[in-house]
Amino acid sequence: MLFAVPVQALFGQLLIGLINGSFYALLSLGLAIIFGLLNVVNFAHGALYMLGAFVAWFLSEKAGVGYWGALVLAPLAVGIFGAIAERLFLRRLAGLDPLYGLLLTFGLALILQGLFSNWFGSSGMPYEMPERLTGGRALGFMFLPNYRIWVIGVSLVICFGTWAVIERTRLGSWLRAATENAALVSAFGINVPRMITITYALGVALAAFAGVLAAPIYRVSPQMGENLIIVVFAVVVVGGMGSILGSIVTGFSLGILEGLTKVFYPEASNTVIFVVMALVLLVRPAGLFGKQA
Amino acid sequence: MPDPLLSVKGLEAWYGESHVLHGVALEVRAGELVTVVGRNGAGKTTTMKSIMGMVRPRTGSVKFSGVETIGLPSYKIARLGIALCPEERGIFASLDVAENLVLPPKVRDGGLTNEQVFDLFPNLRERLRSQGTKLSGGEQQMLAIGRILRTGARLLLLDEPTEGLAPVIVQQIGNSIRKLKAEGFTILLVEQNLRFAGTVADRHYVMERGRIVDEIPNAALQGSMEKVRQYLGV
Repeated sequence: MLFAVPVQALFGQLLIGLINGSFYALLSLGLAIIFGLLNVVNFAHGALYMLGAFVAWFLSEKAGVGYWGALVLAPLAVGIFGAIAERLFLRRLAGLDPLYGLLLTFGLALILQGLFSNWFGSSGMPYEMPERLTGGRALGFMFLPNYRIWVIGVSLVICFGTWAVIERTRLGSWLRAATENAALVSAFGINVPRMITITYALGVALAAFAGVLAAPIYRVSPQMGENLIIVVFAVVVVGGMGSILGSIVTGFSLGILEGLTKVFYPEASNTVIFVVMALVLLVRPAGLFGKQA
Repeated sequence: MPDPLLSVKGLEAWYGESHVLHGVALEVRAGELVTVVGRNGAGKTTTMKSIMGMVRPRTGSVKFSGVETIGLPSYKIARLGIALCPEERGIFASLDVAENLVLPPKVRDGGLTNEQVFDLFPNLRERLRSQGTKLSGGEQQMLAIGRILRTGARLLLLDEPTEGLAPVIVQQIGNSIRKLKAEGFTILLVEQNLRFAGTVADRHYVMERGRIVDEIPNAALQGSMEKVRQYLGV
């Protein structure tokens, strides 16, 4: 017992917090990259996370492609879908008020969620986790499922890998520069329109990757993204719009905070992230890692 | 006389609704250093940006070594071998000095090596790991010029490289520009500082209200000072 809380409950909720944090981080990272370069608040992000999970389910049902294949193919498919959406729709809104991009992607989210609800209802379908990741290990004070270790580990690797590519490579320096002044980067001979398409595709591929990771934990349902994305937007605001490192650190931290709140004051666990958001907005309106305007 | 490297004819450009360039015409031959002078707001910076394709819409004709660029996006214009050093310098805050320096990709062979850039601007060598915008104004200007020398671009568009800098730095930048001309770079230079312009340029174009209104060979600059001062309102 620790502060009258069973250790098992504490670690159990910490684990759930880390799992949720993994999804918050993967999703807010994609949002941050997209917002930085395209100046688009991608409201379709939750729906594309859901789409990723559905692609994995389809691959398994119709083509017999398992989890590992889906982990590659679903982000690829959703990335291509994103690239097409960027070329066809988002590109036409470049230079307009960001509100237009927000409305467009919000509409896209409603259409996707509506279609899938229509086809699959709202109960959702189960998705098998891979054989190798079933089971878990008993640590004495708690049981640690292998699949959850995998989700946390691979999320950390993908998040910091993405961060390293953006902060440490030449390609990343082009992305950072284009985020600051796209017209000048283009005038140096870099094909910025193509870079924008690829960035959007990669951002939504991250969402789809998260969707596949989530499929065996939660059920594959049309609403899975809708519930998550509101929290993820709060994470983005707390971390600072467009900050890469901010979205990763804030994603994991707020996941853990949410988990701990469930242990110590369960009544507040659904609102704690929004309370933090309100406080951060009062004290540092640009977010914890954002540049102060 | 050889064909000009850059030939601009009837160039019109708009910022949204406002029509800012009214049929600009100018030529720069290979190896020349030509300045554009004029009052603030005459359209000098817009001319530079329009040549680079950064101001849209634009109409008329901008030919670079015989290739019509008016319909090309700006990244394709850059790849033909034109590079801009913008008035606001355009140093990226989220990149360090080394990253800023190598940001513009090589568009053709024959650019300066990093060592040659450091020989020209020794200050930069000491500051490679600093954040780009932490440099002094003069160092930022050196970085802004230095990074376009590596790309192999043959035509440099330098927009007021001496603006707001201390006289000793102006002299250093001036010497570098002279060296670049000696190395065979073709340069179109926007400059307010006539004394400086007179020491480096072959010809001067005078701009007023979005038009080129006069062309003065450098040899005639001293004799035309009175007229030029009137153009510039100084």
